[in-house]
Amino acid sequence: MGTKIGCREGDCGACTVLVGEILAGKLIYHSVTSCLMPLGNAAGKHIVTIEGINGTNLTPVQQAFANEGATQCGFCTPGFIVSLTGLCVSENEPSYDAAINAMNGNICRCTGYKSIERAAKTVANNLQQRKQPALEYAISQNMVPEYFSEIPARLKQLDGITRSKNAEAKKMGGGTDLYVQQHEQLHHEELNFLLQDDELKRINYLNDECYIGAGVTVSQLAGSAVLKNAFPGWDHYIKLVSSTQIRNMATLAGNFINASPIGDFTIFFLALNAQIKFNNGEKNRILPLQELYAGYKKIKKEPEEIITEIIFKLPGQNDLFNFEKVSKRTNLDIASVNSAMHIKMKDGKIIYAALSAGGVGPVPAYLAKSSAYLQDREGSVETLHELLKMVQQEISPISDARGKADYKRLLLAQLIKAHFIKFFPGLPIDKILALSA
Amino acid sequence: MINIDTHTHVRGESIYLDDITELQGTLYAAVYGAPVAHAKIISLQIEEAAAMPGVHRIFTYKDIPGINQIGGIVADEPLFAHNEIHFNGMPIALVVAESVEIAQSAIKKIKLETEALPVITDPRVAKEKGLLITPPRTFKIGDSENAFAKCKYIFEGVAETNGQEHLYIETQGAYAIPLEDGSFKIYSSTQGPTAVQRHIAEVLSLPMHRFEVDTTRLGGGFGGKEDQATVWAIFCALATFHLKKPVKYSLHRMEDMRMTGKRNPYSSDFKIGLTEDLKILAYEASFYQNAGASADLSPAVLERTLFHSTNSYHVPNVTATAYCCRTNLVPNTAFRGFGGPQGMFVIEAAIAKAAESLQVPASEIQYKNLVKTGDEFPYGQIAESEAIACWNKADELYDVKKKRKEIEDFNATHTQLKKGISLMPICFGISFTKIFMNQARALIHVYQDGSIKLSTGAVEMGQGVNTKMVQVAAMVLGVKPIHIKIASTNTYRIANTSPSAASATADLNGKAVEMACNAIMERLIPLAAEILKAEPSEISIVDEWVYIKDLKSTLHWKTLIAEAYLKRIGLSEHSHYATPVINFNASIEKGHPFAYHVYGTAITTVTLDCIRGTYEIDAVDIVHDFGQSMNPTIDLGQIEGGLVQGIGWMTMEEIVFDDEGKLRSNALSTYKVPDIYSVPKKVNTHFLKTDQENMAIFRSKAVGEPPLMYGIGSYFALRNAVLAFNPQSSIALSAPITPEKVLMGLYLKKPTLND
Repeated sequence: MGTKIGCREGDCGACTVLVGEILAGKLIYHSVTSCLMPLGNAAGKHIVTIEGINGTNLTPVQQAFANEGATQCGFCTPGFIVSLTGLCVSENEPSYDAAINAMNGNICRCTGYKSIERAAKTVANNLQQRKQPALEYAISQNMVPEYFSEIPARLKQLDGITRSKNAEAKKMGGGTDLYVQQHEQLHHEELNFLLQDDELKRINYLNDECYIGAGVTVSQLAGSAVLKNAFPGWDHYIKLVSSTQIRNMATLAGNFINASPIGDFTIFFLALNAQIKFNNGEKNRILPLQELYAGYKKIKKEPEEIITEIIFKLPGQNDLFNFEKVSKRTNLDIASVNSAMHIKMKDGKIIYAALSAGGVGPVPAYLAKSSAYLQDREGSVETLHELLKMVQQEISPISDARGKADYKRLLLAQLIKAHFIKFFPGLPIDKILALSA
Repeated sequence: MINIDTHTHVRGESIYLDDITELQGTLYAAVYGAPVAHAKIISLQIEEAAAMPGVHRIFTYKDIPGINQIGGIVADEPLFAHNEIHFNGMPIALVVAESVEIAQSAIKKIKLETEALPVITDPRVAKEKGLLITPPRTFKIGDSENAFAKCKYIFEGVAETNGQEHLYIETQGAYAIPLEDGSFKIYSSTQGPTAVQRHIAEVLSLPMHRFEVDTTRLGGGFGGKEDQATVWAIFCALATFHLKKPVKYSLHRMEDMRMTGKRNPYSSDFKIGLTEDLKILAYEASFYQNAGASADLSPAVLERTLFHSTNSYHVPNVTATAYCCRTNLVPNTAFRGFGGPQGMFVIEAAIAKAAESLQVPASEIQYKNLVKTGDEFPYGQIAESEAIACWNKADELYDVKKKRKEIEDFNATHTQLKKGISLMPICFGISFTKIFMNQARALIHVYQDGSIKLSTGAVEMGQGVNTKMVQVAAMVLGVKPIHIKIASTNTYRIANTSPSAASATADLNGKAVEMACNAIMERLIPLAAEILKAEPSEISIVDEWVYIKDLKSTLHWKTLIAEAYLKRIGLSEHSHYATPVINFNASIEKGHPFAYHVYGTAITTVTLDCIRGTYEIDAVDIVHDFGQSMNPTIDLGQIEGGLVQGIGWMTMEEIVFDDEGKLRSNALSTYKVPDIYSVPKKVNTHFLKTDQENMAIFRSKAVGEPPLMYGIGSYFALRNAVLAFNPQSSIALSAPITPEKVLMGLYLKKPTLND
């Protein structure tokens, strides 16, 4: 009863539950929006609703909300409590920012969030006292009931439950796009739950290459030390993409296959010239992501094929990479326009460039001509000016709920200026801002 | 005192409409809404859908035993479309089935043939074509036409505000249950249980006493469930009436967004005239209100736009005219502020335009024209003003001079980022502007064990009104709040309720509670005096103990009540309160419509990213006139929540209809309300101490709507930041100021004569 239905598309967080599973021998909890989570993905896991958190007395999270008046109509409140409790049982650094991030997928229409921020501060202060494993501490503080200590044993008993796989069935990853678009149809469809396959959940690194399993969630990527190291803006980029709950379910492969012209990670990896490994049950096939899109929501993939892996080269010493996104609301929103740029420098010249842009055409665009133009040029205001003109030739935005076409043209130009400002901090900003395409 | 609902809220144990335990045999409803915005209906085929397994029946206008009419103010709103479709989403048929899923799939089998009619979405076009729902209204004081001749400066322009989706997290819904002998119980997520009761009675052609409408709480209302909750309850009741089965309808978010009205968008013309020393001598405004396809509450919303057309300023010569324009959009409705914010935005826009043209800070004009006690509002009421007190306190407490200097320095040294500041004074009248609605009732039972049950006409929707009702009763009776339980809002306990709206609910119902408790005390005090052999005038009850003068006696509340029962003293009371003094004569548009006004000032500072057109609200610093807040935690929550809702309306919340009248921003993925990252980094709220008597309950002024209008400051702060980057910007006086409008404003220059 406490788990509420608010939007049915993962955008309000009122239905947030925790999902506990044993990963690498440890019990890990993630928050998810249950409206987008198929039961098939719950198999073998511990699902925690607000009822599973309630004890005899209010938990410290609940008490903090009570003390600060952080609940008004109360409809969103169970979702917030579950989300913040998710932080309490996680090993993540329990900073104040982490407490806020834990609730970034929860919408409250009454409080204006300031009282929720105050409650988060209290909870974070409590968590910072912790000197033992998170779950142990959470139990000792009554943040979750005692029964949580039995969960690892209980989950072990569920081990070995296997489910039949029907290769013909529709493939379901995290479900965060499919359940927004086809909720009703999916009720009756036979599904093949890809995330049950542990093989697909690995991130491997070999020399400077990164291999991301198709079942790897965005949260897994977010936590990767290697990626954080390779991309100095990593945490910022991740924060621009959906919410904690969605990132806990969504996969990179799903973002690619969904073929949204505005997919954040699609744009990100287009500029990295990522390669996709398909498997059709018999053999593998490698396709550059830049060649995947044939038209609006059309992809060059056979029905029996699934993505198994995404491969890309980690940026090195001479590489510069930047991702930009602007949406009506900065966080948990679909971009009006997004763009990524990757360049390699040698002796003051650009020796390689890849520029991608979303929201400016029917497919997530790799801007091949504009990228090629940059070859062997200097990172100067003049180069940027020419680049901006070329980009305008290469795009065809339309007017929709995310902005008018002329806005999207201007915005992409601005985002490319932002790439240049980050890559070449010596350039005069006023001159860059004065450029028109 | 913390909100009495807190404990169950944080545990997920509070019961909302969709949480009510369902009776066996409950059926589920879904509406087939018009797929086009304006058309003649040629044919409607429901046979295939009706034949689907699990579908019990499909209802249309033909199944209405009473009238096919639900208009509250004007009878212009059919429950079901009959011959003509007036907006996309207008209900045409109601499917009732054994599951929500079956009902929804049956909807898809309904076929409709139509003949298209021209679609109008723009209120100015509607006005041109004479499509006005009610005659235009004009509020007038002085003689603006002649006053303009005495003005040194005159500025004219257009100001626009878009609509706003309520986005209560709990969608609309109702659940109807048949009772014996032709009576019904209706659970409804409504701000107005009596409106639900009355309209069901009319549609079913039965007396109101057959319908027990019950509301425990809402998961948010904000005005969206004042009038527009009614239709869903009627649908359930209609189906229950015919099928003799419980019927429930809890809307899908996309149904809710498509089929329910929003804040009225406005397009307005203004003309402002100032003297050399920046006194506003004359102001004229024409408001074109987009009412949508039917009146709903729009004429009343329009009226409040006129009441607040001069916001917190005294202007001696005003002519303000408002047009209630009929378009082919979903009928718009009440939303926190109820037309007030739309009116205030226009005069703020006029002041901004004047300030920008004269190269002075807008605050200079604002401050010189703040309304003072004794000034006359355009509608004739004499102000008892806290406007200057709030402004001066804000100026001093938050050091506006220093803020301004910091921003100037920042802007002088930054290219990529620009900061902006605005001051936003507010003045909001408290009372329903329909005088008859300013009445309320309370029913109190003291049980023989001393515990107390309290019923009022107030609907709890997160604003904390029930907590305040308990506080009033506890205070008057001298008992601890824990002994008082508040009942659901129910038309069998409290009749003829006004909706919980107009910020007046705590005042109206609180006064009724106070009266009911006083009446019980008038019977208990003599009894206590008799028991203790003291004079009644010496008796008081504090913390459940009877005191003689200041001495605690041995007589406890419980003993006193037990004794009263044995003595056959009435331990229940029903009280009626009607706000005194207020009056309004609409034929001359003059009177004293408000019990009092609420004042305040907000200072908003923002930072703009001039590369990307994105922005952050750095801080909002507020001084607010609470009178004497009876619950600072709850009242602070209203300030912060109202402010952020207002900021949402002014910044990211953008309703998009296409030219065919179809809602494009129809889900949370396309309509964005503030999230936890987008709220101001700092919100400071100072509670202004005031001595003036007021008509609020315990001097604790209404606080529901006024803070929303602080959000208007965010528009002007952002606008100022845009102008700091591009003084020649062509940015329109149009809200919301989305990142799109900001970026276009940063880089598009005003056309010059040479262009």
